[in-house]
Order: sequence, then structure tokens, then C-alpha cells
Amino acid sequence: MAETRERAAADGGRTRLVKGPGMLLVWLYGVMSVGAVSRSVYQVSTEFDRAPLAYALSAVAAVVYVFITYTLVRGGEAARRAALVCCAAELAGVLIVGTWTLVEPSAFPDATVWSDFGYGYVFIPVLLPLTGIWWLRRSRAATA
Amino acid sequence: MLDALTVAVSVAALALAAWCGFAAYRDQPTKDWHFIGMAVVTFLVLAQLIVGIVQLARGEQAEEGTVIFVSYLLGALCAVPIAGFMSLAERSRWGSATVAAGAVVLAVLEVRLFDIWTVG
Repeated sequence: MAETRERAAADGGRTRLVKGPGMLLVWLYGVMSVGAVSRSVYQVSTEFDRAPLAYALSAVAAVVYVFITYTLVRGGEAARRAALVCCAAELAGVLIVGTWTLVEPSAFPDATVWSDFGYGYVFIPVLLPLTGIWWLRRSRAATA
Repeated sequence: MLDALTVAVSVAALALAAWCGFAAYRDQPTKDWHFIGMAVVTFLVLAQLIVGIVQLARGEQAEEGTVIFVSYLLGALCAVPIAGFMSLAERSRWGSATVAAGAVVLAVLEVRLFDIWTVG
């Protein structure tokens, strides 16, 4: 973390996104990244044939979480925009996959991270992008 | 033994979450006492990791498989220390909130660990 701060300071104008509530946000995204990555690596490597669609969607979710975590830590205007787009994509993903699992459960023999709007993860998957979008928009307001 | 430790870690983690959550509510950063609390919780998780590995070495089986069991034990060990270091970088109420969130994550991992270990 100290290293990140020094690098951000060296870059001068680069907006730090990991400060205040951003620290909590980056922690939650980090947890979701580790959770989703380890889950999908395990499932894809051991039992992919059982529920290919569900496990592929979990892997996509994992990539999105890792990318958002990285952009938050990196900071700066371009990263902020990229994170904003990804948060929107994440929210869309949660809503689409969540609805899909409810409408057509037979397509999903096993759960994904985003099944039932993230029910299995205390609805964090649906709350996190909303909080993320709020924080990223506020960060721009603070620097503008 | 393992189940008793799982319960102990869960209770300690929830207590830590409440304590750090209270600090965040009062607009305070984490202090020395909080770090002692984190150390106690981490020590309990370390004991759990060692007991878990010893039980596996004795030939006992985790219900959902050894790989998942050990991964969760390692994840549980990392949760609170990482949140603690992040609270050192963020000396405000949000650092305390991060540790509280880390302790909640640990409690959730403990519930999963219980399921993973127990035949049922």
C-alpha cells in the first residue's frame, strides 16, 4: 500500500482511488476477486463438464473483479473510467445472470457467483457495483 | 477439537468486527488495542490451520475434499492480517471499517469451513 501511495505521489496528478471509503471498496473487490478466481479455477479444472455455462460465467465474473481491483489500486483518470465501465458491466452481468438463473434454472446445474443476484454471497455482488459506481463518480467530482 | 476452534474463531471474528465497526462509527482509526485483537484472532486461525492439517495427516477426511478445505484454511488465515495492513495505510474510520469487513469475511469463511469439514 505504501508503495502504491509513493507511486501515485510520484505521478503527481494521478487521482488516488484508494483512500477513505475507496480502501473498504478495494478490500471487498479484492475478497471477491480471490473468491471468484479460486472458485472458478477449481471448478473449471476439476468438473467443467458438469455445468459448463455456470463455470464459464463464474470465470468471467472473476476476470471482471480482478480488473476492477487492479484499476482501483492503480488510480488515475483512465483507470477510473475503465473501472466505471466495468462496474456497469458487472451490474448488468449480475442482473442478467441473476434473472436468467431464476427464469431458467435448468440451464444451471450448479450455481455461479452471480446466481440469484448473488444470494450465496450475501448480495454483495449486486451491492458492490452500485457502491463502486457511486464512489468512482464522487472521485471525479472531488478532482474536477 | 476442530469444530470447537471453528466456533471460537467465528465468535472472536464477530467480536472483532463489532469492535472495529464501533471504532468506525465513532470516526476513529484502528489503534494498538485493535491490532492486539487482530493478533489474537489470527493466532486462533493459525491454531485452526495446524489442527486441521494434523487431522488430515492422521487420515481424517474433509467432506468436500482436501483441496477446498486447505484453501479455505489459508484464506481464513490471510483475511484479517491483510485488512489490518490496509488499515495501517488508511488512518481514518475507513481503515477500521475495512478491518470490520475483514472480520466478517473471516466469520463467513468459518461457517463454510464447518460445512466443508463436517459430514452432513
